[in-house]
Amino acid sequence: MPGPGSRRQFGGQKVENPGKVFMQIIRYVMKNYAFRFILVFVCIMISTFAMVRGTMFQRTLIDEYIAPMVKAVAAGNSPDFSGLLAEIGRVALMYGVAVLAVFVQNKTMIYISQGTLRNLRNDMFEHMEKLPIKYFDTHSHGDIMSIYTNDIDTLRQMISQSIPQVFSSVITIVAVLTSMFILSVPLTLVTLLMVGLMMFFSTKILSKSGKYFIEQQKDLGKVNGYIEEMMSGQKVVKVFCHEDKSLEEFRELNNKLFDSAYNANKFANIMAPVNAQLGNLSYVVCAIVGGILALTGFGGFTVGALASFLTYNRSFNMPISQVSQQFNSIVMALAGGKRVFDLIAQEPEADDGYVALVNAKEVDGEIVETTEHTGMWAWKHVHQADKSVTYVPLKGEIVMDGVDFGYSDEKMVLHDIKLFAKPGQKIAFVGSTGAGKTTITNLINRFYDIQDGKIRFDGINVNKIKKGDLRRSLGMVLQDTHLFTATVRENIRFGKLDATDEEVEAAAKLAGADNFIRQLPDGYDTVLTGDGANLSQGQRQLLSIARAAVADPPALILDEATSSIDTRTERLVQEGMDSLMKGRTTFVIAHRLSTVQNSDCIMVLEQGKIIERGTHEELLSQKGKYYQLYSGSSPA
Amino acid sequence: MIKTLSKYIGEFKADSIKTPLFMVMEVIVEMLIPLAMASIIDDGVGAGDMRHILLMGGVMLVLALVGLYAGIMGGKYGARASAGFARNLRDGMYTNIQTFSFSNIDKFSTAGLVTRLTTDVTNIQNAYQMLLRLCARSPISLIVAMVMAFLINAKVASIYLVAIAFLTVVIFLMMGKTRKYFDAVFKKYDDLNASVQENVTAQRVVKAFVREDYEIDKFHKASNNIYSMFLKAEGMIANVSPIMNFTIYACILTISWVGAKLIVGGELTTGELMSLLTYCMTILMNLMMLAMIFVMMTMSVASAKRIVEVLDEKPDITNPETPVFTVENGSIDFEHVTFRYDSNSEKPVLSDINLNIRSGETIGILGATGSSKTSLVNLISRLYDASEGSVSVGGRNVKDYDLEALRDQVSVVLQKNVLFSGTILDNLRWGDENATLEDCKRACELACADEFIEKMPQKYETHIEQGGNNVSGGQKQRLCIARALLKKPKVLILDDSTSAVDTATDAKIRKAFATEIPDTTKIIIAQRISSIKDADRIIVIDNGAIDAVGTHDELLSNNAIYKDIYEAQTGGNRDFDENGGEQ
Repeated sequence: MPGPGSRRQFGGQKVENPGKVFMQIIRYVMKNYAFRFILVFVCIMISTFAMVRGTMFQRTLIDEYIAPMVKAVAAGNSPDFSGLLAEIGRVALMYGVAVLAVFVQNKTMIYISQGTLRNLRNDMFEHMEKLPIKYFDTHSHGDIMSIYTNDIDTLRQMISQSIPQVFSSVITIVAVLTSMFILSVPLTLVTLLMVGLMMFFSTKILSKSGKYFIEQQKDLGKVNGYIEEMMSGQKVVKVFCHEDKSLEEFRELNNKLFDSAYNANKFANIMAPVNAQLGNLSYVVCAIVGGILALTGFGGFTVGALASFLTYNRSFNMPISQVSQQFNSIVMALAGGKRVFDLIAQEPEADDGYVALVNAKEVDGEIVETTEHTGMWAWKHVHQADKSVTYVPLKGEIVMDGVDFGYSDEKMVLHDIKLFAKPGQKIAFVGSTGAGKTTITNLINRFYDIQDGKIRFDGINVNKIKKGDLRRSLGMVLQDTHLFTATVRENIRFGKLDATDEEVEAAAKLAGADNFIRQLPDGYDTVLTGDGANLSQGQRQLLSIARAAVADPPALILDEATSSIDTRTERLVQEGMDSLMKGRTTFVIAHRLSTVQNSDCIMVLEQGKIIERGTHEELLSQKGKYYQLYSGSSPA
Repeated sequence: MIKTLSKYIGEFKADSIKTPLFMVMEVIVEMLIPLAMASIIDDGVGAGDMRHILLMGGVMLVLALVGLYAGIMGGKYGARASAGFARNLRDGMYTNIQTFSFSNIDKFSTAGLVTRLTTDVTNIQNAYQMLLRLCARSPISLIVAMVMAFLINAKVASIYLVAIAFLTVVIFLMMGKTRKYFDAVFKKYDDLNASVQENVTAQRVVKAFVREDYEIDKFHKASNNIYSMFLKAEGMIANVSPIMNFTIYACILTISWVGAKLIVGGELTTGELMSLLTYCMTILMNLMMLAMIFVMMTMSVASAKRIVEVLDEKPDITNPETPVFTVENGSIDFEHVTFRYDSNSEKPVLSDINLNIRSGETIGILGATGSSKTSLVNLISRLYDASEGSVSVGGRNVKDYDLEALRDQVSVVLQKNVLFSGTILDNLRWGDENATLEDCKRACELACADEFIEKMPQKYETHIEQGGNNVSGGQKQRLCIARALLKKPKVLILDDSTSAVDTATDAKIRKAFATEIPDTTKIIIAQRISSIKDADRIIVIDNGAIDAVGTHDELLSNNAIYKDIYEAQTGGNRDFDENGGEQ
């Protein structure tokens, strides 16, 4: 199974409907932070206005205060600074408000971006937990992981930086443009012409760099995937002296990545100087045209006005190049956003069940519901027709009748499966790999839904039982053990969250795990990491048996639960296993004879069909497939 | 650390030097342009001199072209230098990893190595590019702007000094705090991702125990935790730009006031005032940039450390100076061999092993999980070196051989084996690059793999997915055996390599070995007695020591452990499909 980070695909694919994804992101932000979002925009408007107004101040400073004062001095009068002082006071006040606005804007933006990311993560996780097993079986785990890391990161960039930046740039452009029009229409047109030129070059460069950025992401993905595969097989590489070959292949990919990274960054780097110099060009052209206008006194255009205009010209170029610099990160964010929303839009696991599992006790021969744990369970069946309630005691009778199943409708993997497990019986499945043993158990707890036939639990169609309650009634121990990053105690307690320490330890003893747990550095409080990486496979299996034992479920599914436990240890566990299975309906998939032999019924599976069934002795006397597997003799 | 890393700049040294040079050139142009602008306003517009405007316009045009050239070149070389540096770092790490011995590999996790080669390198690449492009640019434009400002008017320019001092103190005080927050945040962030990964891989367990809500609760706690820590960390950074704005605005107003007085007093011109205001922005912005570089650098230190760890890792098994390339035969001798994975650990994994295996012998190894069977055979092909004593193959100490020659002659089928993405044929040819289809087919026949390969639609061209996920466990093991056979080794080691193969096929494979490659020494580690029963000799390992050596019958009569396992397996604990009974 590929680990995290493999095959990252974002950026590698074009987003088909960027506008829709963009609106989806905005709507998501607005859902929780509408007020704050608007507040940010107001703040941006204030600070942008202050900046533009500040530029105006330079003109007033020269035209209305300094020039008259210089004249006054030239005329021999003493200059009057009080007017200027008052103006500076007014501007200072405005600046003060602006600084406050920037402060509020920044602080609020953090709440919005971090809050939105948190909400997204939570929503994604909540949603992911509700997805059917099929989703996890059909999606690369590395891909799912990269949604949580890479894709979310691209959104952070966009929400916290790109959106405010673009917004403030647009406001600046509008405000500056208005002021420029007021000052001089012809010069504004000249500026706009230059802007057109800038945009033209920018889009040219952007389309190039965009192409290379997408290529870079693809190449990065390839390098990532190759490293992932080779690193996990590094020991095999050593054993086969394949180092040089693997290095050669890696170099090829690495060089390709270098090329695309070089080109992507080159064009991204070139953007800023091109824009800056075009901006300077625009300045020169405006200065010349403006100079002519001012000198000819066309339309009352003054020197002070030209000075201001030239300043505006400068501040006009800046936001345009800022917008173009956000372009790449917006493209990446849209690709990332699409994957995030795709995950959230995945169809969750449907659950139409209405029969619930409740604690029950018997009062005067009647079964009644109770809140306390009595050890007795009942199915609470609320009839849809008349809302009457009946209680069916949980016994553990499981019936499969004519069950057909396939992972897709085209290809059936199980055909006409019939079985009848009486309460407390042990049913074993045997057969070669791929015969469909595990698949059957996945149907009982409804990890997958069947195409045809019926599965009944105590006479109730499992489709009517709430999935959670159905699974709670079935304890599972899987061949692939999975442990969580937590203490040993917490891992066992996963089976029953309110289990006391005594219950946890009793379960561990039952599973034969108590001994080795006590030898761990911190005993039951030893923290397991990386799926219990510091334990042997056999020890991990013992823990997952303990986890199922503490849950105390009425029925059990053991899928190769002891396959990695060595022969001698297994004998020690055997007693515990026997007492665990006692009185519970149990389905076992196993290789060990002892587990299979004393089953009440053994099902022999081949290519999705039950070809033989019966007790050990019955099957042996049939001299069929089971006998053949058992004795190793060829079929008669 | 910097010394190690800088070696990998390699052929991009020239680019790395050119980048800052061009950036300096761009800065100089950027500094000159405001002068030209001021001149346009003062001497051109102000004096009504159209010719001067045109002249200065021309000068600006030239400057703009030079600036454009410098900017483009700087951008180009910067991109090349940083992308190239990144390539060399990846290459360097990958090359070094290829020299790692097993014990070196054990030190790093797969996920850890992947992150180092990708995310960490990307961090360094970005930091390096920023460093090249800004390290010269920012201080120089800061200094040039300061000098210019002082040249225009020292009195006004001194205002900047106050502003710079103020900003430096404030920014660096904040950065110190921020870094601490960020360090903590990133650690928590890793934990969060780990918990997502756990839930993705262990979803079956979560669903089987109906613990979705419990896991969601856990996740919410973790994500809220991160949220509040990020608020703290970024909240600190959020203060920077208002403070920056405050300083700039304060400067503008002060300069305006002081400037007005000076102009009125005849000490300053209007154009000069405009230039001073422009320099004000330049100076403070560049100060900001420097602070950012500083932050970037400190944040990439962690990545750099992780990269250097891989680069500096010394392989602990290397080729001898005058290696021997031919392995005489398949005899193996252990003499007083003791082995520990970690030289500091007290209890050795193997202690005082003495063993002589003749060429062509079939040896079975049996013992409980954790009894060091695998460790024992790993010493033969020098995957690890013995801590004490000597291991010899073909009468020579394994340390004398060329590693590749040794490992070609001692073929190991690992317990945890891996197939790679590619066709079946591609995978088989790992054993022998030049193997023909016929060779491959023969190896597969020996390993009983041909029967299922022939049933596949594309036969030997069937594509194997990463990790061999599209073949069953038993099929995978048989392919791995075939791959090892293609080396035509003198010693073949099967480390629990048929555990997922059914008993009958297992027997068939062993039979083929006995008749087809009789001269190859075969060492078979197994859990099943039936897999090793027919071996010439069986070694029983217990707790890192040889408990007994003998044939099946000998051990059955005189070894307690062997007898115990045998009885367990022929009794209730044997595999139900095992070829039972004495027939």
